[in-house]
Amino acid sequence: MSELLDKFQLYFQFPFVRYALVVGVLIALCSSLLGVTLVLKRFSFIGDGLSHVAFGAMAVAAVVGLTNDMLLVMPVTIICAVLLLKTGQNAKIKGDASVAMISVGALAIGYLLMNLFPTSSNISADVCATLFGSTSILTLTQFEVWLSVALSAVVVIIFILFYNRIFAVTFDENFANSTGIKANAYNLLIAAVIAVVIVLAMNLVGSLLISALIIFPALSAMCVFKNFKAVTICSVCISIFCATAGILFSIIVSTPVGPTIVVADIAMFAVFRVIGAINSKRNKI
Amino acid sequence: MAQISCKELSIGYESHIVAEKLNFEINAGDYFAVVGENGAGKSTLIKTLLGLIKPLSGEIVFGEGLRKNEIGYLPQQTVVQRDFPASVFEVVISGCLSSMGSRPFYGEREKKSAKENIEKMGLVGLEKRSYRELSGGQQQRVLLARALCATRKLILLDEPTSGLDPKVTAELYDLIEKLNKGGTTVIMISHDIGAALEYANKILHIGAEIFFGDTSDYLISEIGRKFTGNGGDENE
Ligand SMILES: Nc1ncnc2c1ncn2[C@@H]1O[C@H](COP(=O)(O)OP(=O)(O)O)[C@@H](O)[C@H]1O
Ligand SMILES: [Mg+2]
Repeated sequence: MSELLDKFQLYFQFPFVRYALVVGVLIALCSSLLGVTLVLKRFSFIGDGLSHVAFGAMAVAAVVGLTNDMLLVMPVTIICAVLLLKTGQNAKIKGDASVAMISVGALAIGYLLMNLFPTSSNISADVCATLFGSTSILTLTQFEVWLSVALSAVVVIIFILFYNRIFAVTFDENFANSTGIKANAYNLLIAAVIAVVIVLAMNLVGSLLISALIIFPALSAMCVFKNFKAVTICSVCISIFCATAGILFSIIVSTPVGPTIVVADIAMFAVFRVIGAINSKRNKI
Repeated sequence: MAQISCKELSIGYESHIVAEKLNFEINAGDYFAVVGENGAGKSTLIKTLLGLIKPLSGEIVFGEGLRKNEIGYLPQQTVVQRDFPASVFEVVISGCLSSMGSRPFYGEREKKSAKENIEKMGLVGLEKRSYRELSGGQQQRVLLARALCATRKLILLDEPTSGLDPKVTAELYDLIEKLNKGGTTVIMISHDIGAALEYANKILHIGAEIFFGDTSDYLISEIGRKFTGNGGDENE
């Protein structure tokens, strides 16, 4: 045990480990906040599509040689979020079909660009890193850390300020509209915030695994709790716990960070599922 | 001056007219029933009154100090997602949002109003229960309590009793009648013509023909007799 502590102490002397942990926890916090809304509004497919868009934008940023790719990736992802939501609502092209088009298109273009204009000798490692986020969380610059802190703060503040209205819009859009809440405006807000979260989370788990980070904590919490507030709080706790555990574990055993966190989330989901089943059985007796 | 008056109102979606030339007035304290065949445009009318969709032509005038956000609404079907985690209290208090302006959080006034309306609807003891786990009648009462949080003045009910068994239906009608006696204007869409005739003082019939007037006049009008099956030829 003391050996383990020594090891942690040693690791924590490196700033990159501290950065990784701070940013990891913040990302976990943000991604779980909107998970409940996303799952319930059937927006989870948008999350998936957007992460691929972010991948494509990242490839473009790399090719163009931007030193700070967030400046390109963030606006592109937000615009796509808004577009996806709009097309999803006017059903000329079916919502999920248009998401599939955009997400697969972005993946293909991204990979093509990375191959045509390689920025390093090992392309597949680069691609793998963007898809599964293998090391980027450990190579954060101080600027990126501060940017993540600022964006997380914005996400959390928006969520808290609009919490009651987000609940109303998620629960019953028609009624919300009738009380003068502009449901569509809130849908756009939610989509924009999701885009921000996704771009943030790419650093941690890579673009393919982001949806897991958003959805699993919410689904776990929904197994056990029956009101919105408890579910939200619980999914935040689960998400932060899994991210911390996953990051520490991966540093010690040197597994890839993203998949380790996601596996922790899956394990947690199994646990909550069982608790939920036991609870409902007990209620029936 | 009426609370709501409509002149030459046409309603529908984009260029597709559902009903036109609607002229009627709703006064404070009315129990106003909207009847008609399925697909006649009853729900469309309600959505237009709420401002969820725009009238195609004609005008809607709100009077007696009634503001647009002072209408409580009970939607026809609230398709709440399976497993939606929401407690009764959370659902009811969300009705208060309309009167909060840009204030982000509920205050004492909203909590008090939610509690009162939960009491009024006979839901005491269920506040912490999950909305999804309630029976159909209890769910409707929760939504009615939510509508009451949005307003005291006027509530709009879109087929409030569809899918409920007769006993629960009767209880719900009783509650609505009490609200009306307490001074709340009630606008109710009903597929249940019997209940509409029993409780409402004004009837609006929309469809191929349009009728607006007192319930007693409706009963002796030709269109009313047809629709209610009193000597009409439209008996199913
Ligand atoms: N969102 C919509 N877009 C276009 N047409 C609609 C929409 N909703 C309903 N309609 C059409 O409007 C007509 C009236 O519907 P509705 O008002 O729901 O009838 P009711 O409530 O009287 O049964 C129907 O023919 C229906 O097909
Ligand atoms: Mg209807």
